[in-house]
Amino acid sequence: MTLAKGLNSLVTDTNGRATKTGAAVRVRRVRPADIPHVIAIDTRVTSLPKAEYWNDVFRRYGKQRLHERFFLVAEKRLDRANPRVLGFIVGEIRAWEFGSPPCGWVFALSVEPGMRLHGIGCALLDAISREFKKAAVSKMRTMVARDARLPLLFFRSEGMMAGPYIQLEKDLD
Amino acid sequence: MRLQISTRLAIFAVLELTAREDHQHSVAKIGAKYGVSSHHLAKVMHVMGHAGLVHSVRGAGGGYRFAGNARRTTLLDVAELFEDLSSVEQDTGTVDATSEGQALREVLNEIDDIARATLGSITIATMRKLVDRHGTGGRRRLKPAVPRQRKQRRL
Repeated sequence: MTLAKGLNSLVTDTNGRATKTGAAVRVRRVRPADIPHVIAIDTRVTSLPKAEYWNDVFRRYGKQRLHERFFLVAEKRLDRANPRVLGFIVGEIRAWEFGSPPCGWVFALSVEPGMRLHGIGCALLDAISREFKKAAVSKMRTMVARDARLPLLFFRSEGMMAGPYIQLEKDLD
Repeated sequence: MRLQISTRLAIFAVLELTAREDHQHSVAKIGAKYGVSSHHLAKVMHVMGHAGLVHSVRGAGGGYRFAGNARRTTLLDVAELFEDLSSVEQDTGTVDATSEGQALREVLNEIDDIARATLGSITIATMRKLVDRHGTGGRRRLKPAVPRQRKQRRL
């Protein structure tokens, strides 16, 4: 996760090509070869290896219904000989959950710990925002734990505010 | 949720200082904008100075500058200088010892936790973006910062 907008935003092509801009990173659709890097970043961030989960996410969000599912990765734009995933974001269009009109849901966002504060999180969020807009939704949502300070600060700094829903839960005995 | 007057004033003062970080801001000028006495504001600034959030510049053209990191300092950091926003686990009174009292305490603690999380997730830099958005006629409209019945103090 990053808290800085240090780099120019990117233009993402939903067909898997990232349009060239002056930015130092580009955001594009995930590819099969990216998944080990995604797993590695997530493991470094959460200390909880979830290879099976991410392979399943790739099957569901990287291959199917791509007009409403977005699994994007950020990589260094000028280092094509040594492509390296610096971060990723996953989201989808969700419609009519609990009466909510279609909106963009972000349910995963992670940036390589050593590459934070370089605008990568911002680039990923900007890119998926554009995809949501193209899909004709005007609202983006996510859910963050109250004590997860870093992602909360990041999403707040990107202009996200508390929404009209309250998340509820109970212990299932 | 209501914040104490000193807390609100401290947040407003920090927002003023971070609007132009290259300038010193006088207590009198900030106080005039928000309709509070320089005396009250000076006390608030003193507390923030003691906490290292602001520092004063003496002499002609002197005033206060923000000394913290606007991208790291949250509203909670400022608020906690002036009031205790932590959840109360349990009072010692008889009422709170009852199961009804404990149930009510659980609900109130939930409210406190959400309030703390909200204040702790908004940095001064983020607040400045919000202020700028409102200043340029942004889409979101907040409730007026100044309750009508407290017009005189404008806090």
